[in-house]
Amino acid sequence: MFQIFRRFRLALLAGLGVYWVVGVAQPAQAMHIREGYLPPAWAIVWWVVYLPFLIWGFFALRRITRQFPEAKLLLALAGAFTFVLSALKLPSVTGSCSHPTGTGLGAILFGPGVMSVLGGLVLLFQALLLAHGGLTTLGANGFSMAVVGPLVACGVYQGVMGLSRRQRVAVFLAAALADLVTYVVTSLQLALAFPAVEGGIGAAFAKFATIFAITQVPLAVSEGLLTVLVWNWLQTYSRPELESLALLKEGA
Amino acid sequence: MRSSPKSVAGLNWLLLAGVVGLAVVPLMVTRNGAFEGADTAATKTIEAMQPDYQPWVNPVLEPASGELESLLFAVQAGLGAGVIGYVLGRYQGRNAASRDKQN
Repeated sequence: MFQIFRRFRLALLAGLGVYWVVGVAQPAQAMHIREGYLPPAWAIVWWVVYLPFLIWGFFALRRITRQFPEAKLLLALAGAFTFVLSALKLPSVTGSCSHPTGTGLGAILFGPGVMSVLGGLVLLFQALLLAHGGLTTLGANGFSMAVVGPLVACGVYQGVMGLSRRQRVAVFLAAALADLVTYVVTSLQLALAFPAVEGGIGAAFAKFATIFAITQVPLAVSEGLLTVLVWNWLQTYSRPELESLALLKEGA
Repeated sequence: MRSSPKSVAGLNWLLLAGVVGLAVVPLMVTRNGAFEGADTAATKTIEAMQPDYQPWVNPVLEPASGELESLLFAVQAGLGAGVIGYVLGRYQGRNAASRDKQN
């Protein structure tokens, strides 16, 4: 009797599984510029812009792992942080969803170069397996998320630290602004490729910015808060690494 | 700037509450929102602005359903969270061990 019940339950589960897989098809919903949604010329332009930063990043990565092998664990953490955050699609006040980028933390710890590689890896994973972003648009998405975002994070962090020495405020602002600027750049990239018939690039930028950048505002705040959270943990448990990293950056 | 461990723990809970709040508030404020991806909205805008534009490449692999897609996103988040937990756990263990030695 029990056996029959168990078989029945198994069949029910299998049936539901098949129904979910086959029956409920939804359009893929995500973020970044979709595969094929940049004209070939622009796709090439952004790849050409992104590549030098990627190469710079590989050299930075090699330098850090050689000079400071203990940092590998922290490097894994920085990569994992972008990995998690770009999987978290959060609702926003505009009534659509987007996800944070998580590139600020690694940029503050290791400098912007390293993130051009780690962020690019996250984008590659999502382009290949998740139909999220794309290979042709990876140059553009990589430039916005893995180059401009981390550069902004480093600039803001240094700037706030220079002015006030309040480290948590600096980390929060760096992470939040890196996140926000990523999508401002995305909007600009789309506006350049698809200028409006009336009003040109400016009008198109305003349109895309309302979609991407305004949606991103609360998410950027979330990313700032989460980055400070991880920062606090590192401050508590990983002081030696943080101290030698600061030395390493000054020495470089 | 050094704070006591207790006040840092309190701050961490506040930070987490802030993140949860920022995710919940939009759901309550924007009740009739579709909550689709912002890239879907951008794609629609492109189609409205240039109706004759055709995407010239298709994604390599497209998850067959929304469920499979969310599975892959969950795998991505899970893997990342696992690595973060592993690294922080190792650091925490190292700290605890060095404290034990001192005592």
